[in-house]
Amino acid sequence: MVRKIKAPKDLSKLKETLLAKRNVVKSRVVVCGGTGCLAYGSKKVFELFKEEIDRHNLFAEVELKNSGCHGFCENGVVVLLFPQEICYLRVRVEDVAEIVSSTLIKKEIITRLLFQDLNSGERIAKEAEIPFYKHQSQLVFGSNRFIDPKEINDYIAIGGYEALAKVLEEMTPQEVIEEVKKANVRGRGGGGFPAGIKWETTRQAPGEIKYAVVNCDEGDPGAYMDRSIMEGNPHRVLEGLIINAYAIGASEGFIYIRQEYPLATENTLHAISQAQEYGLLGKNILGSSFHFSVTVHRGAGAFVSGESSALMAAIEGRVGQPRPKYTRTAVSGIWGRPSNLNNVETLANIPLVINRGADWYSSIGTENSKGTKIFSLVGNVNNTGLVEVPMGTTIREIVYDIGGGIPGGKEFKAVQIGGPSGGCIPQQFLDMPIDFDEFSKVGAMMGSGGMIVMDEETCMVDVARYFLDFLAEESCGKCVPCREGIKQLLAILQRISRGEGNEGDLSVLEELADVISDASLCALGQTAANPVLTAIKYFREEYLAHILEKRCPTKVCQGLITYFIDPEKCRGCGACLKNCPSEAIDGDRRQIHVILQDKCIKCGICADVCPEKFHAVRKLSGEPVPAVPLNREICRGEN
Amino acid sequence: MATANFASVKNGGMDTFGKITEICLKYGGEESYLIQILLEIQNEFNWLPKEAMLRLQDELHVPLPRLYEIATFYKVFSLIPRGRNLIKVCTGTACHVRKAPVLINRVIQLLRIKPGETTDDLRFSLETVGCLGCCALGPVLLINSEYHSNPTTSQLEKLFSECL
Repeated sequence: MVRKIKAPKDLSKLKETLLAKRNVVKSRVVVCGGTGCLAYGSKKVFELFKEEIDRHNLFAEVELKNSGCHGFCENGVVVLLFPQEICYLRVRVEDVAEIVSSTLIKKEIITRLLFQDLNSGERIAKEAEIPFYKHQSQLVFGSNRFIDPKEINDYIAIGGYEALAKVLEEMTPQEVIEEVKKANVRGRGGGGFPAGIKWETTRQAPGEIKYAVVNCDEGDPGAYMDRSIMEGNPHRVLEGLIINAYAIGASEGFIYIRQEYPLATENTLHAISQAQEYGLLGKNILGSSFHFSVTVHRGAGAFVSGESSALMAAIEGRVGQPRPKYTRTAVSGIWGRPSNLNNVETLANIPLVINRGADWYSSIGTENSKGTKIFSLVGNVNNTGLVEVPMGTTIREIVYDIGGGIPGGKEFKAVQIGGPSGGCIPQQFLDMPIDFDEFSKVGAMMGSGGMIVMDEETCMVDVARYFLDFLAEESCGKCVPCREGIKQLLAILQRISRGEGNEGDLSVLEELADVISDASLCALGQTAANPVLTAIKYFREEYLAHILEKRCPTKVCQGLITYFIDPEKCRGCGACLKNCPSEAIDGDRRQIHVILQDKCIKCGICADVCPEKFHAVRKLSGEPVPAVPLNREICRGEN
Repeated sequence: MATANFASVKNGGMDTFGKITEICLKYGGEESYLIQILLEIQNEFNWLPKEAMLRLQDELHVPLPRLYEIATFYKVFSLIPRGRNLIKVCTGTACHVRKAPVLINRVIQLLRIKPGETTDDLRFSLETVGCLGCCALGPVLLINSEYHSNPTTSQLEKLFSECL
């Protein structure tokens, strides 16, 4: 049984003891166990490391750690070796024995596992020198790599819970609020509302019982930073939450986690029970007169539950529908009591603000957006993963310097920021700085930080249709403008993408969008039209091509394309014929295959299975399908 | 009909109800934990049989329509039996721009069911989800609790054949 930490000085003593123990260890192997790396088999890699280290009798001098996500997810499994700070990428089970025998024992670097620069071909060994990491400043996310999320001591060893100790020992709740206000921490979950002001409202709201709540219902498709923080460093969020509870005067708290994030739930529950054992949660925290306990609530799959009043309804055990917010949830939230809701990333910033001070914190970023922001840089970009940059960094720096540009030498087309509430930002705004207010100016929003890069092959009508499809499905149906309006927007876009658009469609879309944003109950409806509006604003030509020329320039919209087998290239291998689900391909051995257009369902499987070396299946849009040659025999020897 | 399905999913009558009581007790019979309780019941039976809902009504003294209101509002709940293996294809934005629709087509082809459907032998259920939160691996497919990054048709065939 762990002894409870009864005073702040005991916490620093524990930290010293832990650090002293750590210094004895000569080298450390960190295997990333984030969801991305797990999918690449990091559990097996970890087990094998354990076996190999045992086999070579290295356990006394090598410490093996399982950590949370480091951010470079596409290159999983990520393995770090300290003290050299070597970063091995795409490590598989078959590499483990070699890493142990070569790098750990003989101190030789295995070149093939290092990061390779796509342009120069140069290999980079040190993690910090890899461009993906070099241009980031991972203030919030960086400690993930030093921590086993299931081990509270790891967090304490790097200074964890020091901010809580400082708050309880030296600061009054009002001072904490002032510090957060001075730092100008703005909500990372979407709206960018100043956290300090929200805290103050909750503190000042009448009522004995108040609640501190964490929003980990990260529903924006394409964003997963909250997941990675919650999975990789749950104690940091807990620390932020406890500080928040102290500041607003809450003795009970809730963490609402999306159902799709089972590992985040597991790690959070584990962290809570450890924090209780250590006396960091429960009665008389760190020997003070402050009590606080936390309960975890799992979501059940509803995007709208991320909205504050809907989330609180879900915690009460009701359907997660928003209510009109004449009174804010900070004043009347869970069971009508003042409830402060903050996003995971926002709370993870709090220990930083307390430890290093508001002056330091607000020296980072732009005038009205302070600190760093984590983005999930995904889509058509070379280095996908989570990136943390100071506010004020330009989109170009993120996409090109960190992300390494667009794969396959394709052109950049747009970046979608802010999920279904955000918008598509085109090339001309690449040099725009990351800033809550700048984003709003161009019709997008920070959202939770999904940054989806789109290349020239992405159809903007399709993207807008995609988001509306998502929102139509997720609208809770409580208010008419959202429920019916989104459905109508979607119907028009579906018509356009089928080639049945009319000239007046664009103005109807714009008018409808205005009504939906003005009249909807919550942010889901109010911002639902953003993806469509920005797409029309910046890519009008593309819409007109769909409507007037009945052509999808990027050949994405199924209703506007036809598949065609190039007779010059077809070698009659039969792959398409065999795989076609609708028997729409006619052909025989050594005969040019032909798509029967009236049977084709345009699923694209033929293009998918046509061997790379032939590349015979083509997509056409807005042009007639060429006639089939009369002689379809393929001569021998032509292969 | 429902009774038959229920019995085929889980053996025995009283024992099944006992489990529901157990789950309710774990949450102190608190109505505010209704969603959590339903999640656990679904975990137990793989879907929400009517008998379980009736039992829950008695346990928590909550009207049946309220139970169904929740069970139909949240996506995760299923009121019909689901397959032993749950296949989820991510349709998040990152996966979408990396051609998730093609992946879905491949899966539909192989399993011969559409999203939201279950095979007759209750071996597979297919669902699409908004975002699984592992965008860097897109397009992603989840088989029960294992993530797979952009599997090809032949890889899928192999993965599905391993699902019993």
